[in-house]
Order: sequence, then structure tokens, then C-alpha cells
Amino acid sequence: MTLDLTAQRGTPLDQQRFTWREIAGALPISKLDDDAFTRVRVILMNGIMSDALRFKHIASRLNGPLRRPLAEVRRVEQHMQTMINWLLPADQSPLETTIGYEQVAIEVTAAIAQHEPDPYLAQVYRFGLLEDFDHLYRYSALLDRLEGKDANNILQSYTDVRPGRPTAVEHRAPVDDLRRHYDRKIAAPITKLHAITLFAGEYQTHDYYMHVGPLFSDPVARMLYAEIASIEEQHVTQYECLADPTESWLEKWLLHEATEVYNFWGCMRQESNPRLKAVWERFLDYELGQLSMVKDLFERIENRDPFSVIPKKLPEPIDFSSQRTFVRQVLKDEVDFRAVGTEIVPLEKETPRSPSVLYRDHMNSEGSPTQIVAANYEWRPGGELMDQAAVQATVH
Amino acid sequence: MKTPNDTGMNRTGIQTSPIDSRATERGAEEGQSTSLGGESRIAEVRLEMARMGETVGSMPPPATVKGMAKTAVTMMKGESPTLLLNKLGERLAFERSGVRLYEAVIDKLPAFTVDGALAGPGVADLRKIQEEELRHVDVCRRAIEKLGGDPTAMTPAADVTAVATMGLLQVACDPRMQLADSLQALLAAELIDNDGWELLIQLARGFGQDEMVQAFTQASDEEHVHLTLVRTWLASMVMHEAGIEEAIAAPLA
Repeated sequence: MTLDLTAQRGTPLDQQRFTWREIAGALPISKLDDDAFTRVRVILMNGIMSDALRFKHIASRLNGPLRRPLAEVRRVEQHMQTMINWLLPADQSPLETTIGYEQVAIEVTAAIAQHEPDPYLAQVYRFGLLEDFDHLYRYSALLDRLEGKDANNILQSYTDVRPGRPTAVEHRAPVDDLRRHYDRKIAAPITKLHAITLFAGEYQTHDYYMHVGPLFSDPVARMLYAEIASIEEQHVTQYECLADPTESWLEKWLLHEATEVYNFWGCMRQESNPRLKAVWERFLDYELGQLSMVKDLFERIENRDPFSVIPKKLPEPIDFSSQRTFVRQVLKDEVDFRAVGTEIVPLEKETPRSPSVLYRDHMNSEGSPTQIVAANYEWRPGGELMDQAAVQATVH
Repeated sequence: MKTPNDTGMNRTGIQTSPIDSRATERGAEEGQSTSLGGESRIAEVRLEMARMGETVGSMPPPATVKGMAKTAVTMMKGESPTLLLNKLGERLAFERSGVRLYEAVIDKLPAFTVDGALAGPGVADLRKIQEEELRHVDVCRRAIEKLGGDPTAMTPAADVTAVATMGLLQVACDPRMQLADSLQALLAAELIDNDGWELLIQLARGFGQDEMVQAFTQASDEEHVHLTLVRTWLASMVMHEAGIEEAIAAPLA
């Protein structure tokens, strides 16, 4: 089943209204009882909506005539994002939420990488995937060794906790984070929706780490967030390069709205929590309304057919399920890959005096927090103390 | 060594800026509240939300038929066998975090003893307590497994206790917070832990779990000692710094 965008007008913008109670007064999801993929969807959609706002603010700075419609849509999206983000519960600590963020990065990127028709973009996604996969391992070690908690309580056994491409070698010179972009004229619509989804997700991850990092008192935790936030900034650089810079502002806006529709539709179809399913359905209708409005603007201002940019029918949604088999295969085949300029290459192609190696060596010259926190760490059910306690009990 | 009791440049009180603070006060007096009522308005919202009857989560179902049978057979008394499992999950989580809490204090302890021995604990003293906390993790694990439960599950009570104690970890891990601050955090943890074990003993007794009562009593006895020690170290350190040496000889416990 697909969604025909030519036949949908959605909820008109002037009927997209909220009260404070609606957006912030509902009870959050359960950290313990809801499926981990419900949390994944909440985090992903918060990321999509935060990027919707970010994009519109930058567009507003540079496009006087679009300021009013941008502000009108943005106001609704502000409240949509609030309603989504406020679904996260307060008993989920910043570090536990971080585990959720990395699960999003791994599972969503892995699902996208398998369905991306452009082989270069798919390669870039697999490259980024192994880096976020490593972040999960490092943060899991921190959760265990700082708070005595098990990351799997959040991950619910959908995602492996083991080293990926070590974060310490992920640090690259800016020139090696640049990527080639898709060609707006020939790229498949799904390629564009994938790219927007991923840089929205990575951008919010970067911002989240920058916000919560200083909330920790532990010096290793603070440094760990700083080190991984730096990689997230690299990931934003990498993923935002994938979009064609010759797309017009309105074309980008149209694509962003289509990405929002696409993702709310995917969430609605796969949601297991009925209360959230209703939220995704409502927001799908809202986004269809916003898409209609931007389609009209696009036709009027650019005198172009919006369906020359966005698909008439939505492609298959992102698969919200464990991508363990794929991730393990990528890990086996590509963990040693490096980036040189815009290309993803085998390890031996990175030269010892390359800009990335020099940069990395300096950044790590006083130690790498990701190496410190996970020294000799292996995930065990219930955390590494469970085994230590059992061993101690047999000794005494 | 600099201590937080030394006089410095703290700017937080109104007496730091007598002129500006008077202006701020006058400004506040000139402003008018925009809504009627008082704190009861907050209370109304809190009550309304609490009445919705939601919880942070529930107990996991037994993973196997064997586990279910085990729980049923083991629990001869009591109406809510999962309540005991919930509280056991809480204790396990607390003890596991407790090991990390002590580790954080042990790790920074040498930084606070550079001027020679203080009235507080040594590394070996804290290490001994930490080892006992680790042993208690295993006591809880065994009890949960005996009842057919999953010791790796985060139970609702475990979740709640983690929220309640987050601040203690924040104190222990902060390099700027002193040994006496960390002992204050340990004292709060030990007070919670002592009462936690007492309650668990009562529950186990109520459910007719004699073997558990025995194991828990040993853990509880050890926790009593921890509490007394931490209390004494804290009082001694504060008194020592205050120059009131004679008080050290008379522990509070």
C-alpha cells in the first residue's frame, strides 16, 4: 500500500491548532513497557521536525517574500515538535536517551542504506553507520561504568553493543568529510528523502549532545560527549553535502515537507502504541496540508510542476526493525574504511601525513575519552558488574 | 589546600550589590502579577495528572512457563508475588549503582588526602564496603532467579530509585566536590539502602521466604555497619575541619 500525494490535501493549515495541554500535557511513553522502536520513532521525528524549523529559519533569513508562509508553517511545526519531544519520559536519564539516539542512528541508517538506489550514497550511509555503531558501544560503557545501568534495558536486544570503527579514528580533517551530491535532475525521489532524513537525524543528535554534555559532572563523561559531538558535527557535514546545492530554496522546502510526510506515514503504519499511532496519523494529515500549501507556492512562484521534484506516490517507508544481520555484515566488510576527500576508501589509501591523520593525531595526543571509557569493556547482560558479582560470590 | 569553606568571591547574595539589589526589589514590587491565586494552581495540575493513573511501567511477564511455575510454587503466601520481584529489582539496581558510587569516591580520594591523613576513610575502608555492595548485587540476583524472575530487567521500582539517586552520583563524580560532599552523598545512599533492606526482609518474611530472610539479614547487618562508618567519617571530617577535635571521639551513631 502506498500514499498517493496527488490525491491528498491533508488538514488545511488554518485548522492545524493546539493547546498547551495538547502539546505538553499528555503523559509520555513508558521507558520500560513501550517497544524500543516507539522510542526510535519519537526521536527520529523530533529530529525531522527540528530540522524543519532550522531549514525554515535559514530560508527566512535569505528570502524576504517567503517569510510569511515560512513563519506560518514553522509555528505549527514548532508545536508538532514539542508534542513529539515531550513524549520522552523524565525517568529516562540524558544518558539513557543518548542510547536511544544512537539506536536511531544505527537502525534507521542501516534500513536506509539497504534501500538507497544510488550506490555512492549507500556507501556513505554504511560508512556513517559504523561510526554511530561505535558511539553506542562507548556510551553503553559509560552508562554501565558511571550509573551501573544496562544499555540493553533501552535497546531491548534489537541492537548489538560492540565496537564499530573506533571513534578515535573517526576524527577527520574537514576536507575529508565533504561528499559528492546527488544530481537533482536525475536522482530518484527516495534518494532525496533519505538524505534529508539522515542529516535531520544527525543534526539533532549533534545538538542534543551539545546540550546535555555539560550536565554531567563526571570528567570522562563530559569529554566523551565532547568527542562524540565532534563526530556528529562531521556527520552533519557529510550528510548535508549529499543534497544538490543547486536546488532552489522552494525546491528544498518542498522536498523537506515531502520527507516529513513520508516519515510520519512510515511511523503511522508501523506504530505499536495506539496513542502514538493517532499522533502520527494526525501529523501526517497536518504535513499533507503543509505540503499542499508549499506545492501551490512552488507552482505559483517557480511556475514548475511540484511532481517534477517530489514523487506522486510515496516509496516504501523506512523499515523500523532490527537490522542486526546487515550491520554485522557491514562491520565485517567495511570497518577499516576511511574517507579521503569525497571518497570512501580502504585503509591503505589513507596516507600517514594526510590532513585527517595529522588532525586526528593532534586531537588524540592527550588521550581519547572514547578509548578511556571503554577500556577492555565487553557488554554483559545486566552490565559487567553482574558477572563480577557472580565471580566474587563463587570465590568467597 | 583550598577548601569551599574559605572566603572567596561568591556573588550570589543580595549583599554583594546593595544598590542594585534594592533596585531589583523595587522593580519586583512595582510589577503586578498577571494571574490570581497562588501555589495551589500548581497543585491542581499535579493532582489532575497524578489522577490519570499512569505508571512508569510494569513488571515483565515470566519469560518461560518454567519461570511462571517457579514463581507460583515459590510464593506460597502473599497476594502479589511480583511486588517482591519488583522490590528485589530495585535493590539490585541500587546496589549495582552503589558499587559505581563508591568507585567514583575511591577514584578521587587520593586528591583529598595529599596533606596527610584526614579524619575520613582510606581507600581500603571504602573498597571493603564496595565489595560488600557487589556481593549484595549477587544476593539480589539469586533471589530474583529463585522466584523465576529476570535479574537483567529494569523493574519499575528500580527505575524510580535510579531517578531518586541521580544527584548522588553527580556529587560523587564531580571533581570539584570535596570528600565531605561525597560522604554526604554516600550517607544519603546508605540511609536509603538500610531502610531498603529492612523492608525487603519484612516482605520476604511475609511471603514465607525464610532462606531469603537469612541472606537479606546478613546484607542488612553489613549495611548497618556501612551507615555507621560513613556517618562517623562525615562527622569527624566536618568537626576536624572546624577544629572541634573532641567531638571525633563520640560518633553520632
